[in-house]
Amino acid sequence: MSASVEIQEVEDAIERPLLEIKDLAIGFTTSNGAVNAVRNAHLTIMPGETVAIVGESGSGKSTTALAAIGLLPGNGRVSAGQILFDGEDISNASEKRMIELRGNSIGMVPQDPMSNLNPVWKIGDQVRETLKANGLPNGPDDVAKVLSQAGLPDAASRAKQYPHEFSGGMRQRALIAIGLSCQPRLLIADEPTSALDVTVQRQILDHLDKMTTELSTAVLLITHDLGLAAERADQVVVMYRGQVVESGPSLELLQNPQHPYTQRLVASAPSLASRRIQAAKELGVETDDMLASAETGVVEPSKTDEILQIQDLKKVFKLRSGLGKSTDFTAVDNVSFSVNRGTTTAIVGESGSGKSTVAQMVLNLLSPTSGKIIFDGVDTSTLNSKELFAFRRRVQPIFQDPYGSLDPMYNIFRTIEEPLRTHKIGDKASREKKVRELLDQVALPQSTMQRYPNELSGGQRQRVAIARALALDPEVIICDEAVSALDVLVQAQVLNLLAELQSRLGLTYLFITHDLAVVRQIADHVCVMQKGKLVETGSTDDVFDAPQQEYTMALLNAIPGAGLILPPEVA
Amino acid sequence: MSTYILKRFLQLIPVFLGATLLVYFLVFSLPGDPIVALFGDKPVNVAVAAKLREQYHLDQPFWMQYLLYLKSIFTFDLGQDFSGRPIATVLGEVFPVTARLAIMALIFEGVFGIVFGLIAGLRKGKLFDATVLIASLIVIAIPIFVLGFLLQFTIGVQLGWAKPTVSSAATIPDLILPAIVLGLGSFAYVLRLTRTSVIENMNADYVRTATAKGLSRFQVVRVHILRNSLIPVITFLGADLGALMGGAIVTEGIFNVPGVGNRLYRAVLSGEGPTVVSIVTVLVLIYCLSNLLVDLLYGWLDPRIRYDS
Repeated sequence: MSASVEIQEVEDAIERPLLEIKDLAIGFTTSNGAVNAVRNAHLTIMPGETVAIVGESGSGKSTTALAAIGLLPGNGRVSAGQILFDGEDISNASEKRMIELRGNSIGMVPQDPMSNLNPVWKIGDQVRETLKANGLPNGPDDVAKVLSQAGLPDAASRAKQYPHEFSGGMRQRALIAIGLSCQPRLLIADEPTSALDVTVQRQILDHLDKMTTELSTAVLLITHDLGLAAERADQVVVMYRGQVVESGPSLELLQNPQHPYTQRLVASAPSLASRRIQAAKELGVETDDMLASAETGVVEPSKTDEILQIQDLKKVFKLRSGLGKSTDFTAVDNVSFSVNRGTTTAIVGESGSGKSTVAQMVLNLLSPTSGKIIFDGVDTSTLNSKELFAFRRRVQPIFQDPYGSLDPMYNIFRTIEEPLRTHKIGDKASREKKVRELLDQVALPQSTMQRYPNELSGGQRQRVAIARALALDPEVIICDEAVSALDVLVQAQVLNLLAELQSRLGLTYLFITHDLAVVRQIADHVCVMQKGKLVETGSTDDVFDAPQQEYTMALLNAIPGAGLILPPEVA
Repeated sequence: MSTYILKRFLQLIPVFLGATLLVYFLVFSLPGDPIVALFGDKPVNVAVAAKLREQYHLDQPFWMQYLLYLKSIFTFDLGQDFSGRPIATVLGEVFPVTARLAIMALIFEGVFGIVFGLIAGLRKGKLFDATVLIASLIVIAIPIFVLGFLLQFTIGVQLGWAKPTVSSAATIPDLILPAIVLGLGSFAYVLRLTRTSVIENMNADYVRTATAKGLSRFQVVRVHILRNSLIPVITFLGADLGALMGGAIVTEGIFNVPGVGNRLYRAVLSGEGPTVVSIVTVLVLIYCLSNLLVDLLYGWLDPRIRYDS
C-alpha cells in the first residue's frame, strides 16, 4: 500500500488511478440475516498496471472484483465505501451507466471456461454480440480477428463451432477474446486459468500478458495462487476473511510478508515450496526439512519390497462412431512401473493423459485390456469375488471432489463406519471407538460424528474421506487428485496429514495429480504420463533436477512462479 | 441425421405391432357379447347374429382375428363400424376435430405458460411470482372435469361469453373454451417448468459473462436466458401434443365435441374391436411421431445433442 501511495503522490498531477477502491464494504442478505463479505477493502490500480488479489475461497476476493464491474449477485450490495473508476464513483451507479461501462471500459475474463460460454450459441455469435453491444464493427472478419488475436488458430472456421467442440484452453482463449474484444481499459480476470492444465495455463497467461501489454490494459487478477500472483502482477493485495490484510509490490511482499496470514500463505503455496526447494538445492542446503513430510520426522521405510507392480498395462476404450462402427481409443498404453511399500509414487500428467484410468485399474474398478497389476505378489485380475473383497480392504481410494464423494444423506459417523460394517469388522461399540480414533487421526473433533457433509468445509470433508479410507487399515491408498479441489492452506494441511499418517502407519500412496508443485512436496517417485504413455519415471529429485524428456521440462516450466527468485529461508 | 430418422421410423414397426396387439387383446377380453348387445332389448335373432359374427370375424379365434385385422390395415380397408359406416370415414371425421382442439390447447398453454413462467422466473419471490405459483398449484390440484364444468357454467352459461357446447362443425371459435380447459393442466406445468428453468439459467455463469460483455438486460434475457430455458419446455410441449390428442376424452365429453375421445368412448362401450383398435393405433402413431419430433427439436435447440455421430 505504501508504495502505491508514493506512486500516487509523485504522479498525481499527471496520472490518476484507473481504479481505486476505498473502504469498500459489501454485505449479503441471506436467510440467516446479513453477512458482511467484504470490509474496509482498499486497492489502487494505475493505468496499465497489473494488480493481483490473493486469498482463499470465501476471502471476498471475487466479491470485490465483481463489485467493480457491478455484477454482485442479487442479494449482495455495496454497503459502504467507494469504487472510483477513472475518478467516477461506480459503487452505486445506475444499471444503465454500468451497461455503458461493461465491455468497452471494464472487461471480464471469468474463471471456469466450461460454464461461462453459452452452450447453445456458436463461439462467433458470442463474440459478435459483444462487439455489437459496444457499438463496434461486428462482421465475420472482425469476429475472426478478435479470436485470432487471442491465439485461437484458424479463427474464421472456429467461430462457427459450438463451445462443446472446444477444449478447455480454447474456450478460455475465446473468453479472453470476448473480455478484450472492446479494448477495455481495465480487465478483471477472475482465476482465469485455475480450471486448466499447467502447461495450458502458462500459455494462456503468457498470451494474456502479451495482449494486455500491447493494449496497455490494466488488469485486476484474482487468484488463490500466490506464486502465480507474484509472477504476473506488479502489486499484490492479500485478502483474508473479507479484509485486505496486506498489499504491496509483489516481490517485496513475497520476500518479506508482514501479516501472519500472508506468512502462512507464502509458506504453504505449493508452487513456492517447490521453488524454495529448488533454490535451497542450488545453495546446497539440506532440503529434507522443507518437505511437508519432514517436520513429522519421516522414518525411512524399513521394508522396500515392491507392493505394487504394474506390467505393460493397456486400456483400450471403444468409441462409438455411427451405426455399429467403433474406433479404438488407447487411454493407457503399455505402462509399467512399480511402487515400493511405504513410499509415495506420483503419476503426473495433464487431463486426458490416462493417469486416472491407471488409478481405476489399480483399484480394480476397471479391468485392463492387457497387462498385469500385481499387488503383493498376486495378479489382481485373477481374484475371485471373495479375494477381491479382501483386496478392497487393503487398497483404498481418496477421490478428488470431497463434495461428490461423500453421501449427503449419511452423517459423518455413518460415512466412516460404512466400510467397517461392510467388511463386518467388530461390533457396534468397537466400531464407534474406531471411528473416534480415526477422527482423532485426521484431526477432526469427535463432535463431527453427528454432522452431515454439507455442514463441513472442503478441507474437513477431505479429512472425512481420508478417515474413511483409513478405516480398514489399508496398506495402499490411491489418491486421485485428492488435494486439487482444496485451497492452498488447506491443501498444505491435508498433505501434511497424509505424510504424517504415512510415517505413522507405514502407508503406501499412489498419488494421481496434475500439479507438479504438489508432487515435489509429497512424492518419492514420479511417473510422468502423456497421452496414455509413460514418458518419464524416476525419483522426484531426479525428475525435477534433471528432466530427461521435453514434455517433463514443459510441465516443470509451467509451474507458476518459475521465474521468481526466492531466498530458500523465506518461510 | 437421415440415418437417425430412418432408424427411428423403423422402430415404429415393433411399436405399432405391439400396440395394436395389446389393444386388440384388451378389447377381445372385454366381458359381454357385443353382438348380443346390439339387439338391445329385442330377442336375439340367431341367424342374423351368426352372420354379423362372421362379418366381424368374431367367430374366429383371437390370433385369427388379429391377423385378419392386420391384413385389413395393409390393404387400406379398415372395415366398418357397427352402424355400417367405413371406419376410415369415421377416422377422417373425428381426427381433424381433435387435432384442431389439441393444437389450440397447445398454443394456449405454450404462449401463456412460457410468458407467465418467464415473468415469474425473472421476478422470483415477488408478488407476481407468488400469485402465479399459487394459481398454478390450484389448477394442477383440481381435476379437469371440475374445471371444465365450472368454466362451462360460468363463462358459457352465466356470462354467455362463449357457447357452452360445440356445434357439429366444431369451428375454431367454438373450440376456444374447450381448448383452454384441455390446456389448463399443462399450462400450469409449462409455467412452472419455464419458471424453474429461467431461475436456474439466471444464475448460470454464462449469463453473468453475457452481462459483463455490456449487453442490455433485454438482450441477456432474450438471447441467453430464454433460449436456454426453452429447451426443456419445448420438449415437454412436443410430447404433450400426443397426450392432448388422446387425453381429450373428458373435455370432449363435457363440451360435446364430436372428436376422437367421444367416438372412442362409444366404441369401447359397444365393444367395437376394430374401431377401438383403429383409433388407438392412430393415437399411438401420433404419439410416436410427436416424440420423434421432440427428439429432433431437442437436437436443433441444443447443439450438444447430435444424432448422426
